[in-house]
Amino acid sequence: MQTGAARFDFPGFKLLTFLCLFILYAPLLVVTIYSFNDSRSITTWGGFSLRWYVDVFTGPDSAKFKSAAVNSFSIALIAATVATAIATSAALAMVRGGRFRLRTATFGVISLPILVPEIVTAVAMLIFFNAIGFTRGYMSILIAHIAFCIPFAYLPISARMQGIEGVYEQAAMDLYADRVQAFRRVLLPMMMPGIISGFLLAFIISLDDFIITNFVKGAGIETLPTAIFGSVKQGLRPNIMAISTMLLAFSTVIVTLSWLVSRIDRTK
Amino acid sequence: MAGGAASGGNATSDAYAPARGWLLLPAWLVLGIVVLAPIGLMLIYSFLTKEFRGGVIWEFSLEAYDQFFFDRGLFGDESPTIQWAYIQIFWRSIWQATLATLLCLLIGFPTAYFIATRPANQRTIWVFLITIPYWVNLLIRTVSMRFILRDQGPLNDLLQWVGVISEPLTIINTNLGVQIGLFYSYLPFMVLPLYAAIERYNFSLSEAAADLYAPRHKILTRIVLPAVKPGVIAGCILVFVPSLGSFLAPDLLGGARNFMIGSLIDEQFRGSAGNWPFGAAASMILLTLVLLVLMVLARQQARLEKGAS
Repeated sequence: MQTGAARFDFPGFKLLTFLCLFILYAPLLVVTIYSFNDSRSITTWGGFSLRWYVDVFTGPDSAKFKSAAVNSFSIALIAATVATAIATSAALAMVRGGRFRLRTATFGVISLPILVPEIVTAVAMLIFFNAIGFTRGYMSILIAHIAFCIPFAYLPISARMQGIEGVYEQAAMDLYADRVQAFRRVLLPMMMPGIISGFLLAFIISLDDFIITNFVKGAGIETLPTAIFGSVKQGLRPNIMAISTMLLAFSTVIVTLSWLVSRIDRTK
Repeated sequence: MAGGAASGGNATSDAYAPARGWLLLPAWLVLGIVVLAPIGLMLIYSFLTKEFRGGVIWEFSLEAYDQFFFDRGLFGDESPTIQWAYIQIFWRSIWQATLATLLCLLIGFPTAYFIATRPANQRTIWVFLITIPYWVNLLIRTVSMRFILRDQGPLNDLLQWVGVISEPLTIINTNLGVQIGLFYSYLPFMVLPLYAAIERYNFSLSEAAADLYAPRHKILTRIVLPAVKPGVIAGCILVFVPSLGSFLAPDLLGGARNFMIGSLIDEQFRGSAGNWPFGAAASMILLTLVLLVLMVLARQQARLEKGAS
């Protein structure tokens, strides 16, 4: 882009960039390494082993982790799917609906879960479920997750839609496609990269959530983050590091997928 | 967060205007019922009387706010003096969040600048490297930090091995531990918006300044920084707001003596000794603070944009 950009390097900036990446990655790498530690103690290194990974699947806590994982993944899948559908529909109105009076207010409501501190949303939701007498459990977690996933799905979807000119649907409609057909046959395929990114980000956000889940989950049900938090409060054990490393790897795969999708999209 | 992003971007056509209401209905319903209305309900709860085992009695009371700001003695009959305990927790949170924001800016700006001045094909790789920790589970990142900072943890081992210290440093359960946790948690949130702003910056401005013999540090402070200020503001919001209400860093890296707002609120709702109206009041005060900060910064952002056009 700028041929002269190199002229504007500042001497220490490269070093600080490496420092920044070191800070970001070092703790994750250390935990990954120690998850392969053969020792029972988390302090001393006892050689390479997969025993804590085996422990996660067969050890005394395996039943707890298994049900937490089933809850986490099923909630993330349903919440991300529903939130993506709601966000796509909202984006269609916001980006292809012309100007209207409540547009700014609507955008404010969609962004609420991002703007309001998570702990405040958590308190509000807990009070809400309590006030209407809704039993807290799987369903309350799912409803909460659908709600706070909407803005994370909405942002990439609406950004993608803004990058597509309106002439395509217009052409379809001029050829007597109705609105639904113009959306399904023309706009939707072009928006697919944005929709996939939105879905993946919503999925990760749901899978990662601790604070809101911890407030609305009620007793007797755990997701992976709340189960991990509960274990960590009783002391760091190597099996937690193994489960953390697996989640880390999973998040990295999803983010990489999302990144690859957005790159395919750029070459078009 | 440039241009129309603050209002959701511009509409690019009105092909779907007739179906607008139906298309927006699901979003309005879900967010209205599950987020917006509950925040209103929370405001009402903050003016109700507490039930001893959690929950509320539907009787109007100002007690939650009174308890937050004033101390009336054990039986509530002494003349009110200011209650500093809770104000102190808020003050500590504001201070910690501000410091974390400044530290993130200090490391984040050079990083974003460095990435933005790489050739285009390398930039995507750098940005990708910052994006991964951005999306990695915050709980796991905080737990990793706790593992690193422990008294017998890798950091202390390393420092002792190098010979900088002879006794292990206690970082967990101190304000320093919380600060490191906040900084580490939200660092990627600073880099990404800064990068987006610096990438759009027109480097021929720097070139022109250099041709006129401006020294490098002046180019940075007088030309680059003012031009990318919207990105700086966006980054500061994304670090400050979640830091202020954070729960994981103070809970896992601080201790009972390093309470922040998040832990104070959490304590009112979980466990049986909770005080729901007080928790709701503390949440309302936090929300008000955040909205004030957002309003001030959004106004500044709007003024910058007006100046630019």
